Amino acid sequence: MKQRTLAVVSAGLSQPSSTRLLADRLAAATRGELERLGVSVDTNFVEVRDHAHDIMNNLLTGFPSAALRQAIDAVTNADGLIVVTPIFNASYSGLFKSFFDVLDDSALVGRPVLLAATGGSARHSLALEHAVRPMFSYLRALSVPTSVYAAPEDWAGAPGDAQASGALADRIRRAAAELAELVERHEPTKAADPFALTTTFEELLGGS
Amino acid sequence: MGMQFGIFTVGDVTPDPTNGTAPSEHERIKAMTTIALKAEEVGLDVFATGEHHNPPFVPSSPTTMLGWIAAKTSKLLLSTATTLITTNDPVKIAEDYAMLQHLADGRVDLMLGRGNTGPVYPWFGQDIRNGIALAIENYSLLHRLWREDVVDWKGKFRTPLQAFTSTPAPLDGVPPFVWHGSIRSPEIAEQAAYYGDGFFANHIFWPKEHTQRMVGLYRQRFEHYGHGSADQAIVGLGGQVFMRKNSQDAVKEFRPYFDNAPVYGHGPSLEEFSAETPLTVGSPQQVIDRTLGFREYVGDYQRQLFLVDHAGLPLKTVLEQLDMLGEEVVPVLRKEFAAIRKPGVPDAPTHASLVEAAAAKNSTVEAVPAGKDGQ
Repeated sequence: MKQRTLAVVSAGLSQPSSTRLLADRLAAATRGELERLGVSVDTNFVEVRDHAHDIMNNLLTGFPSAALRQAIDAVTNADGLIVVTPIFNASYSGLFKSFFDVLDDSALVGRPVLLAATGGSARHSLALEHAVRPMFSYLRALSVPTSVYAAPEDWAGAPGDAQASGALADRIRRAAAELAELVERHEPTKAADPFALTTTFEELLGGS
Repeated sequence: MGMQFGIFTVGDVTPDPTNGTAPSEHERIKAMTTIALKAEEVGLDVFATGEHHNPPFVPSSPTTMLGWIAAKTSKLLLSTATTLITTNDPVKIAEDYAMLQHLADGRVDLMLGRGNTGPVYPWFGQDIRNGIALAIENYSLLHRLWREDVVDWKGKFRTPLQAFTSTPAPLDGVPPFVWHGSIRSPEIAEQAAYYGDGFFANHIFWPKEHTQRMVGLYRQRFEHYGHGSADQAIVGLGGQVFMRKNSQDAVKEFRPYFDNAPVYGHGPSLEEFSAETPLTVGSPQQVIDRTLGFREYVGDYQRQLFLVDHAGLPLKTVLEQLDMLGEEVVPVLRKEFAAIRKPGVPDAPTHASLVEAAAAKNSTVEAVPAGKDGQ
């Protein structure tokens, strides 16, 4: 059986948070799709709030604490990512952005990513396309075509009124299937070692 | 001599956060020389100064400062805690440091670094994106200028040389010892290993794992290039300490300087930073214990430099730190490190040992290799 790892980055600020709720549903759906494809999945959750101080310290000192290092390794070593941010001021939250700012800029090259967000109104949903997707394009990650946005009404649907929540469930399923397909084909990831010597001194001398 | 102990300074002009007063550039420069003389007085081996070309730092001209200190001292080894191999002309480095070496009767070595401040490069006609390439090319030229009488040379970054002789030639025909410093560029560890030079790990602002990886790579490549076994490679470490007799007093007094320090101020707490990096704030005994522990992850090493004079600490306080280093810390470290050092590990090179090694090499090309072990 194929083995793959997923990292789920959730940047909600409250606890419990709707951002984490969405992250959980996306993770479960992706796991289901991967299992259907005969892939066994190891999932690591990174609750960005838990690392808020360490992320700021990393921005200021240039290195992560041991706990943040673990979270970074979980993300940079994963075969696929699910990233979920609350939308603030028409964009990702500052904390979400800061987490990705402390990764090496080549850490996510070619990595399948499912983009998702939550917000106080459906009017903010395109922030996923205008803010979150360009950031992951810049990082040269492989963002899946379907992004998932959840507004309050998506959670509010009463059992009889499945229109809104049903639409969310469909989107989750579609996005999870897209991610699973990419992750299944993706060769397991090994993060680059920044301390590895990748050249010889003769080459360095010759190149100058 | 065994291991060398000393101090290195960045030369920052930082307001004292406890009262808001900042020294003038003149006061800071004079404080640095006072600190250097004190280092000799308390029995330390090395004083090293940084090189910077942007405020709030004052030491733009290390050989001028070290020349002044050389005239006032007799035993102290004078070094740099970065000579910018990227933006300085290697020809001027060859000449300036050879001149200093003559004036100081050989008490000179230098530590090469690239500098990490983007704007400094264009001020000297360079580009930070060429940092590694500049370090490689410039040092290969510097290395020849100190070893060949007449040099013809052509490279990418500097005007070619035709029949050039760097003057003065190094004292006794033996160039100053060179350390290469880098936080996380494996190419620089490789460079140090290739030439059989020393490798210095800053070891202050980053976790010990960085130092461990870089030193490990350097040692392995040192052996690969045939300069000796990995544990014979020449390693120097930085360290940052603040001491009072009682560790609580040290923490209380140092905290405002830590909290407002350039580089890490307003970030992690003193406690977090002390856990994540080699910073030690406490009693002299704590400094001794922590420093002895460095050996566990870099192996036996040759030089330990402490940063004691930054972040706006008053001169008087810095001099008290030097008293404690000289009286309580370094004598114990010398003894303890010597007692646990593996046999066959060389001392840090000095001018005398390098002259001796050069003479041995010239006179006994086919005879038994000299088994010199220390002085």
